[in-house]
Amino acid sequence: MRTILYLLQKEFIQVFRNKAMLPIIFIMPLVQMLVLVFAATMELKKVDITVVDLDLSETSTRLTSKFEASSFFHLTRAQLSPAETDQLLMKGTADVVVTFPSGFEQDLKRNDQASIQILVDAINGSAAELSNAYLQTVIGSYNMKIRAEMMGVPKFTPPQQVSVIPSYWYNPELNFKFYMAPGVLVILVTIIGLFLSSLNLVREKEMGTIEQLNVTPIKKYHFIIGKMMPFLIIALLDLTFGLLVAKLVFGLPFRGNILTLYVFTSLYLFLVMSLGLFVSAISDTQQQVLFVSFFFMIVFIIMSGLFTPVESMPLWAQNLDMINPVYYLIRIIRNVVLKGSGLFDMTRELLYLSLYGLTMFSLAVWRYRKTV
Amino acid sequence: MKQTSEYTGPIIRVKDLVKKFGSFTAVDHISFEVNKGEIFGFLGANGAGKTTAIRMLCGLLEPTSGALQVAGFDGYHQREAIKRNIGYMSQKFSLYEDLTVYENFRLYAGIYGIPRQERIRKTDELLKKLNLEESRNKLVAGLPLGWKQKLAFSLALFHQPAVVFLDEPSGGVDPLTRRTFWDLIYEVAHQGITIFVTTHYMDEAEYCNRVAIMSEGKIVALDTPIALKEQYKTDSMDGVFLKIARNKE
Repeated sequence: MRTILYLLQKEFIQVFRNKAMLPIIFIMPLVQMLVLVFAATMELKKVDITVVDLDLSETSTRLTSKFEASSFFHLTRAQLSPAETDQLLMKGTADVVVTFPSGFEQDLKRNDQASIQILVDAINGSAAELSNAYLQTVIGSYNMKIRAEMMGVPKFTPPQQVSVIPSYWYNPELNFKFYMAPGVLVILVTIIGLFLSSLNLVREKEMGTIEQLNVTPIKKYHFIIGKMMPFLIIALLDLTFGLLVAKLVFGLPFRGNILTLYVFTSLYLFLVMSLGLFVSAISDTQQQVLFVSFFFMIVFIIMSGLFTPVESMPLWAQNLDMINPVYYLIRIIRNVVLKGSGLFDMTRELLYLSLYGLTMFSLAVWRYRKTV
Repeated sequence: MKQTSEYTGPIIRVKDLVKKFGSFTAVDHISFEVNKGEIFGFLGANGAGKTTAIRMLCGLLEPTSGALQVAGFDGYHQREAIKRNIGYMSQKFSLYEDLTVYENFRLYAGIYGIPRQERIRKTDELLKKLNLEESRNKLVAGLPLGWKQKLAFSLALFHQPAVVFLDEPSGGVDPLTRRTFWDLIYEVAHQGITIFVTTHYMDEAEYCNRVAIMSEGKIVALDTPIALKEQYKTDSMDGVFLKIARNKE
């Protein structure tokens, strides 16, 4: 057992003697928290809307100013032909074009109804839907208002009305950063854990130093654990650092127990590092390791629910997420940080990550060969 | 768990040892025995199969067929026990260049389970002997090649193995450094440690007690340098080697 201490000592000396290491440890979490969390937002703001008012009546002008009043839209008025309208969307100058046909007000007064044309750039489908829904709400409430004006003030207010007052739990301000930050932390520990440890092992192969170790009676699992521990500790350090940055910079609440978080993150890292070390056990060069690890990481991250809800993926893809470690930790970390979930709220995940990790670890140890 | 062998027979026994890589036979039915305290040379041109053979003896490669025993342990099922009893110095320098001389000693001593006190004493002793005391806390990367090789050699001996395998230990250094390196080898052999050395320098072959000459995976000659020179009627190992090579053509 003492062997492992000597191995750890060696790995730590080497890690910190590497000049690139300290910047990686401290700059990476800073950049990820400060750039990614702000950049990776799904919140819809400042949708460019162009209003083509061919009617220029009181009704159309008032509705236009309703749009303008919303912080959701960034409004431009223009007098354009239909062809020019198309151009506007084509070039991307406008996300939404609303056209009031001439005679809009007249139609409304004479026929009790009139049409508006709404063209939405739907390259980003969900953003388009959201813009349209928001426009409909504004138009709807305006509708109610002018109907009341045209028909006169109703004699009585409707006696029965269902009023909906939602109460948003766990993230009451619907702050998207609170949702993103824990997820970005998962990416951070994944990069540290997966890449640093697996590259480190295969580097020994490239340098030839592994041959000298392989002629010693060193135990395979000692060697693998020696490759894991330093990066596990560095990754946990980075997690702490990242959380601190998130707390200080945008006031991320931390409702759970930090120990719960460490337990889950350690289990996760054990799993992810075992995966990485398995890959390096079957590879000969750092290049091979990088390619394979990168491939898995991209797939894992995109399917993890970091950016898009897992629930909206097809069922088979959701089932595939069973083997996606990133999916588990993102869910867990969001629950711990935002909901305050404890170890016993997530026993299933606890068990699963442990078993999965042990399996991968055994595979990595088994596949690491002391023969060439 | 100490597994030192009380074994007194030949340190290395090889019988009909074969290693195939796909359809290529790198080592083709070789047989020999090496006795305790002997300096046994393994000669051959590049690609003759020397490195493959030495790797099997060290437990780095599994043989395809044949019998193999090192320090009384079996080359198929007791590879880890073999590793406990051998030292190995690879063709390519393979100590940690980003660790200091001392840190390398500490690591390997730790892996072999050498107690701390003993480690400190032996490290001091060795560094003194190698005139490396001043480099004790220097990174290995900065040392000249000759020093690195001496260092690798001492590390291979640190845990007092029964046999040390040296795979072309003096490649790329000047004749003088090579000479001092061989002085070290002699010293170790006098202490009763068996030396198994591969080389393609024929002058080095003269220093060995016995030599085996390998060609295309087979052992084509095996005897003392004097006997070989008599047999091939020449006055140097160089001559022996050339004659063997010509006979093949």
